[in-house]
Amino acid sequence: MLPSRFDYHRASSVEEALSLLDDYGEDAKVLAGGQSLIPLMKLRFVSPGHLIDIDPIPGLDGIEEREGSLALGALVRHNQLASSEIITNGYPTLAAAAPQIADPIVRNLGTIGGSLAHADPAGDLGSVMLSMGANVVLRSSSGERVVPIGEFLVDTFTTSITPNELLTEIRIPTPPPRSGGSYLKLERKVGDFATVAVAVTLSLQDGTVGSAGIALTGVGLKNIEAAEAAASLHGTAPTDEAFAEAGRLAAAASNPVTDVRGTDTYKRHMVEVYTRRGLATASAMAAG
Amino acid sequence: MEISVTMNGTARTADVEPRMLLAHVIREEFGLTGTHVGCDTTSCGACTVLLDGSPVKSCTMFGVQADGHEVTTVEGLAGADGLHPVQVAFQEEHGLQCGYCTPGMMLVGAALLERNPDPTDDDIRWAISGNICRCTGYMNIVKAIQTAAKAKAAAPAAATA
Repeated sequence: MLPSRFDYHRASSVEEALSLLDDYGEDAKVLAGGQSLIPLMKLRFVSPGHLIDIDPIPGLDGIEEREGSLALGALVRHNQLASSEIITNGYPTLAAAAPQIADPIVRNLGTIGGSLAHADPAGDLGSVMLSMGANVVLRSSSGERVVPIGEFLVDTFTTSITPNELLTEIRIPTPPPRSGGSYLKLERKVGDFATVAVAVTLSLQDGTVGSAGIALTGVGLKNIEAAEAAASLHGTAPTDEAFAEAGRLAAAASNPVTDVRGTDTYKRHMVEVYTRRGLATASAMAAG
Repeated sequence: MEISVTMNGTARTADVEPRMLLAHVIREEFGLTGTHVGCDTTSCGACTVLLDGSPVKSCTMFGVQADGHEVTTVEGLAGADGLHPVQVAFQEEHGLQCGYCTPGMMLVGAALLERNPDPTDDDIRWAISGNICRCTGYMNIVKAIQTAAKAKAAAPAAATA
């Protein structure tokens, strides 16, 4: 399958990419690892007139802790996430999700920035970022803005990025001590989209839940932040009963549809089960 | 657009349309038909090649993105001293039936052994989890990659990648 014809532009710096976006943004797509965009172009679901390849830009693949956050360059590949010691040691939700994204070959090319900008409701990283309260950095030739991930992910395949902006960095607040996280994904086979997945990030403070974030993959028009479920845990003891109640609230926040991967009833039930299990895992990790 | 690629160790150039996928550049411009196109939807891994040593699906990459990079296809596995240990092992262990997925399986196996010379069966199953064998001959594929690991360990000087 061949995509429609397009003009290919290779950017060698962020500035060059931004200038190309100023020229062609309305009719352009940004190409990073291409693992979501190219399949869509081949199916001709998207047919941009211009493709701006940012993959060769040096310096956009950093993983570093800076000012209380983990700063991830937009071009960090999924396999880099999966093998990073900083992430394994301090960001358990992300560490759990990274090796479950797509398959090992796709993870060699797919990038975190591309995945988030693609905004697939079945995408894993959107939920991870929602559960961890991440922000994305959007740059344009006229400046930069930092947008909470919940405001960035607007709808299916739709974000709040403007045609002249480039997603350059993702910032995840460093979890406090005594934190844990989990990402439980139900899939029919490796590489399939999630039937259901649940991201959970939780911290303990004086024996009770200090903060919690819960987000859902594949059960709505976008990654869903189960805010009510997370709020129900604040200040409560990390008990099975509290986790079961959060599971029920998370299931209520989901909005799955029946498809080849399962019925809506089944998916909603799995949200409940995975939320409960994920919270237990994260809590045990936090209790250390 | 003119691209320069190191194909199996040899510098090659081609004039390609930007929308041409790497798989087609390899097969049609460079005439290397060992790279198979299976599903054409990033699912099956038959088109896997090594880009700078790492497995990628060549149906999900434009040829222009390979400009300036090294690409290894199944034709590049064998060295001057004969077949790659993975190729020998696939033959010995009957690691193929119809052979369609085999180039991708062997390249993934070879890349795994570069990174992890002594893999467990689970490591191998993880590594090939992006490659589908529709004959379902996975047992012998895993066995073949194990056998190749042992052969490489026994004769490290002869191991090429």
